[in-house]
Amino acid sequence: MPAMNMLQALNSAMDVLLDKHPETVIFGEDSGYFGGVFGATQGLQKKYGLDRVFDAPINEAAIAAMAIGMAAKGLKPIAEIQFADYIFPAFDQIVSEMSRLRYRSAGQFVSPVVVRSPWGGGIRGGQTHSMSPEAFFTHVPGVKVVVPSNPYDAKGMLIAASEGDDPVIFFEPKRIYNGPFDGVPDAPLSSWARHPKGEVPEGHYRVELGKAEIVREGEACTVITYGTLVHVAVNAAEKAGIDAEIIDLKTLAPYDIETIVASVNKTGRVVVAHEAPRTSGFGAELAAQIQEECFYALEAPIFRLTGWDTPYPHAHEWAYFPGQARFIRALQTVTEAR
Amino acid sequence: MSNGQSRFHVPAPPFRPGDAPDFSHLDLQKAGEAKRPDPLTAASKMTDLAFGLIGVLDHNHQAVGEWDPRLAPEMLREGLSHMVLTRIYDARMLKLQRQGKMSFYMKSLGEEAVAVAGAMALNFSDTVFPSYRQQGILFARGRNIVDMMCHCISNSRDNLKGRQLPVHYTWAEGNFFSISGNLGTQFPQAVGYAMACAYKGEDTITASWIGDGTTAAPDFHAAMTLASTYRAPVILNVVNNQWAISTYQGIAKGDAATFASKGLGYGLASLRVDGNDFLAVYAATKWAADRARKGGGATFIELFTYRADAHSTSDDPARYRPKNEFEVWPLGDPIERLKNHLIGLGEWDEDRHAKLEEQMTALVVKSYKEAESHGTLHDGPLSPTHTIFEDVYATEDWRLRRQRQDLGV
Repeated sequence: MPAMNMLQALNSAMDVLLDKHPETVIFGEDSGYFGGVFGATQGLQKKYGLDRVFDAPINEAAIAAMAIGMAAKGLKPIAEIQFADYIFPAFDQIVSEMSRLRYRSAGQFVSPVVVRSPWGGGIRGGQTHSMSPEAFFTHVPGVKVVVPSNPYDAKGMLIAASEGDDPVIFFEPKRIYNGPFDGVPDAPLSSWARHPKGEVPEGHYRVELGKAEIVREGEACTVITYGTLVHVAVNAAEKAGIDAEIIDLKTLAPYDIETIVASVNKTGRVVVAHEAPRTSGFGAELAAQIQEECFYALEAPIFRLTGWDTPYPHAHEWAYFPGQARFIRALQTVTEAR
Repeated sequence: MSNGQSRFHVPAPPFRPGDAPDFSHLDLQKAGEAKRPDPLTAASKMTDLAFGLIGVLDHNHQAVGEWDPRLAPEMLREGLSHMVLTRIYDARMLKLQRQGKMSFYMKSLGEEAVAVAGAMALNFSDTVFPSYRQQGILFARGRNIVDMMCHCISNSRDNLKGRQLPVHYTWAEGNFFSISGNLGTQFPQAVGYAMACAYKGEDTITASWIGDGTTAAPDFHAAMTLASTYRAPVILNVVNNQWAISTYQGIAKGDAATFASKGLGYGLASLRVDGNDFLAVYAATKWAADRARKGGGATFIELFTYRADAHSTSDDPARYRPKNEFEVWPLGDPIERLKNHLIGLGEWDEDRHAKLEEQMTALVVKSYKEAESHGTLHDGPLSPTHTIFEDVYATEDWRLRRQRQDLGV
């Protein structure tokens, strides 16, 4: 199997979808001829033509609305929002329209759109190119929200999302587009070629949405996270010598409660981690659900390791980002609590 | 106009309650005067149509000028019948709302030609993306009235399972998109749908309607940009009925000469049409549909009309505008105008009109009885309670399953 980075894997997913399904269309700002600012759609317009892969005007509401209209007519649009930070002009179309069309029309019209968007920090993007706005969308009935953490999942989940029947907000951790990140800012970039999930089949396959994966088995505590922080967590556990069980959530809505409950009942100690701000972040949902289901198994308070309740800073990015040092402290805190 | 110094400026309507409304300041082009270019004419070669007023029925109720669609009398009578039914249905539903039979209602009094003529000029296979005041489309497309009422009273036969406010219809079999209630969202969606029709190589087009107030919304700009950029086969209608609840049209229009002229900057064919003139609305819509089907792209149409009644059952227009504005509205009543035209042609008379009204009243009364036999919002039966958890996703996930079980349904 060829080694691919995340961008190549996403590109390969869209190639497969365009080839297999004539109703697949792809568009976004700079997504056509240029192939996207990160290159995710590179070469696809040349291969499939202007009708299938094209540039959209700088109007995220228009992009979302166009996708809804197309999906209602039976196309399978994959719309790119250039940065997750730019998704808010499309918020009304996603929250009030895309998510509810099936419901409010009692199934007469549907809008199975995939909205792809580069997400998260760690790239010196400052407050407008670093956000993790997933919690805004996990609060919305009718959309699925996913965050893959590696090339294999990125391809399989994008194919599953586009071939599914529901709208999916597909957030792509851009810090790990080109290689996994262990949470140490100045360390040299490692390559997906040396990671088992960098092995990506060329053809069609699906990674089912709604299923989490235990990426490291352990007994001392459970870490539940997604996106870039999956790699930071694994590295921190190794570094600290703490036998943590690490769950890559992959899908946030609907999240895989069974995998979480089984792990927490085993370890009794939990860290939930995300880059997004703490208050009303997705970690709050996880912590609340875990205490409902596993209260008597818990041996320590659930630790929320998150970004701060501030906008995402530029110069002090690494003071904001839950990197290796903060991760190790979190693991120590929950495992040492008596 | 400038007096040489910048001043804070907030526009206000010319008349408020207690004032005597007078529309003589409106400089309206006379019926028959506007030229009718070939539907594939470049938008830049017919900009005058965005500033004038396309009209066919003159003050003597004669059809005049190049835009006369020359419809057969049967078609005119059909249009009249749909408009009369719309008005009688609205009046009856308002009464029922006042009696507590439904939570909310919105009439289209005075605007019946907009929806009915527009729908009749389209093919049934063309998908419409209306706002909440185009119920006339449903009558023109032959929807079962009992079904419409079952939706409005949210009973066990409501095809929307009680999920939407009254008048927020959806009817996929009639190519009638789901009415949102959030203003203007359907405008760019209609463009996307039209693009998909073109992508699939179909001959079908779409049409959408928003109000004058919603032209201020970001989705208006989204729709106009998409329609122009992708040359989509869509007709984008703005129903300028002068009022957005209590806000007069000037708050959205600003100093633009007309709403129609806002289309010109986008490079769209832009028409301003007498919305109370059945023949003009029909002719303009037909022209735009031809243009769209032949690859000429989108048309932007301002339908100049007047909202004769309240915005909805939740506001009292006497509190923000003179009571008799509609009576002095210079473009009259769309039903009276078409009726008088037909009478002038010798194809209609007062007796037949009275009989039509009787028939339609009887139909509406009978339909409501049948609708009520399937339940009402207050007394039920409603759609079963467990259906609130359906159609959120294609299949129910664990969260919804547990919550449904929590509710015990």
